[in-house]
Amino acid sequence: MTFHTTLGSLDRYEKGHIEIINDNPKYYVFSNVFEVAGKSKPWEKIAVAKNLEYVIEAIRAEGTSPWMACAHDEFVVVLDGDVTVEYVKLDDPAAAAPPSKEGTVLVKGEPKGKRMGTIRLKRGHQALLPKGAAYRFVANKVSAMIQQTVKGDLTLEKWGQICYQ
Amino acid sequence: MNAPAEIGLPDKIAGYKTFSLGEFTFARDEYFVTITWPAKGQRMSHTMSADAFLRATMRDVAWGFFYGLVNFDAVFGTRNLYGRVELFAGRYNEAIHKNGLSYVETFDSPKAMAKFKEILADWTNAGFDPFAAPAETGNAAFGEKNGSNLAAIERFRVATKRMPGLEGDSPLRGDDNGFPINRAFADVSQEEPQVKAEPGFEKELHAFSLFKYLSRSDVTWNPSVTSVCKASLFCPTTEEYILPIIHGNDRVEWFVQLSDQIMWDVSDRETGRPRARVLMKAGDVAAMPADIRHQGYSKKRSMLLVWENATPDLPKRYERGELKPWPVDF
Repeated sequence: MTFHTTLGSLDRYEKGHIEIINDNPKYYVFSNVFEVAGKSKPWEKIAVAKNLEYVIEAIRAEGTSPWMACAHDEFVVVLDGDVTVEYVKLDDPAAAAPPSKEGTVLVKGEPKGKRMGTIRLKRGHQALLPKGAAYRFVANKVSAMIQQTVKGDLTLEKWGQICYQ
Repeated sequence: MNAPAEIGLPDKIAGYKTFSLGEFTFARDEYFVTITWPAKGQRMSHTMSADAFLRATMRDVAWGFFYGLVNFDAVFGTRNLYGRVELFAGRYNEAIHKNGLSYVETFDSPKAMAKFKEILADWTNAGFDPFAAPAETGNAAFGEKNGSNLAAIERFRVATKRMPGLEGDSPLRGDDNGFPINRAFADVSQEEPQVKAEPGFEKELHAFSLFKYLSRSDVTWNPSVTSVCKASLFCPTTEEYILPIIHGNDRVEWFVQLSDQIMWDVSDRETGRPRARVLMKAGDVAAMPADIRHQGYSKKRSMLLVWENATPDLPKRYERGELKPWPVDF
């Protein structure tokens, strides 16, 4: 028997559905990463899942992102496309991302520190965005990814626009 | 004390031992498991298919009683009190409970865990893997007792501190450590990310192919952590056939469907009354509210990212009504 694994992409995805029996469809906060990223501006961090302070953000990767950093570890998974992450070890991490501040923060200007290297991610690849490092993404073609982090200044919530109601 | 012999159960049936835990008894025969408990001066009973019981018990053991309720079916299950655990019969079955025939008994978790492991060890025949899909393990669960399969039920439990593959953390999966590509994921790319670390940063830059990792999972419906962001845990898993338990949430959890599709039956956690069916396809994201129970159906082995919030006091906060059972208002 031959199996075919169905993966979604920005160009080709099918969205599922909710069959309500006795409930409110809003409780399921149902969206689709490819649909959200497909309609977003490059590098917008749109929350598609939220559990108290924690979020999963859907991101449309296109071009070069600003430099960002975080006071805690974050993770990114590319679900479609090809994204390179550039890393810089910050000389003064607390100045860029204060320990009291959660979620992703923008780094003002060029990050000060040593270049750590790069990671090229394709579909299904996951990378660590370690605390203490600044990072930016480069995507030469439109790509989609999700980021595991805490709700921060850059997180956008558009539930009414992205979810079944 | 109601040990099996005292309530009329033989020590063995079809070669399988009978067991008791508190006031519960557990017996299996060639096809079925029968559970009994006391209610209104009599003993009530419940029957499950042996393979379904073993699959459910396997998850409960592997997950340390998991978050909230692990309903083996509409009658029997466990509720995790985190350090202690309730075994229940009929407590979350509206008819049984309303008629005063349900029963709940609380145990120290290690005691209940030891008994469940004992049952698994005796009742799992050679050739039956409770973690595998039916198409992989066949009908070996049935018939008279036929050996055992300790290797399947005592698999190494993956405990990830930050991300698999980092130094000192859980291992990645490959042919060399006993994780071949599953037959259903033969078409999944095995290419790894290109990591180009500057000298001195080799151990700080880290990436891996999550899809490759999942394509080599040797178990179904068994989440394992692949990234830790404070109390936020990504727990992806591969799913085929039916989730062997009906999970009753004690907090909101989220699903991100990474490949293929799963249909979820969602019902009320307390009564079991149906509330919705949710079909998730690749790229879909959905919450499972804190007051529901759910069971999934995956016709082809699929990749599911289960997202958990492991904040310790969450169940109490939901119970006290401090938190709404749904995650977002809009």
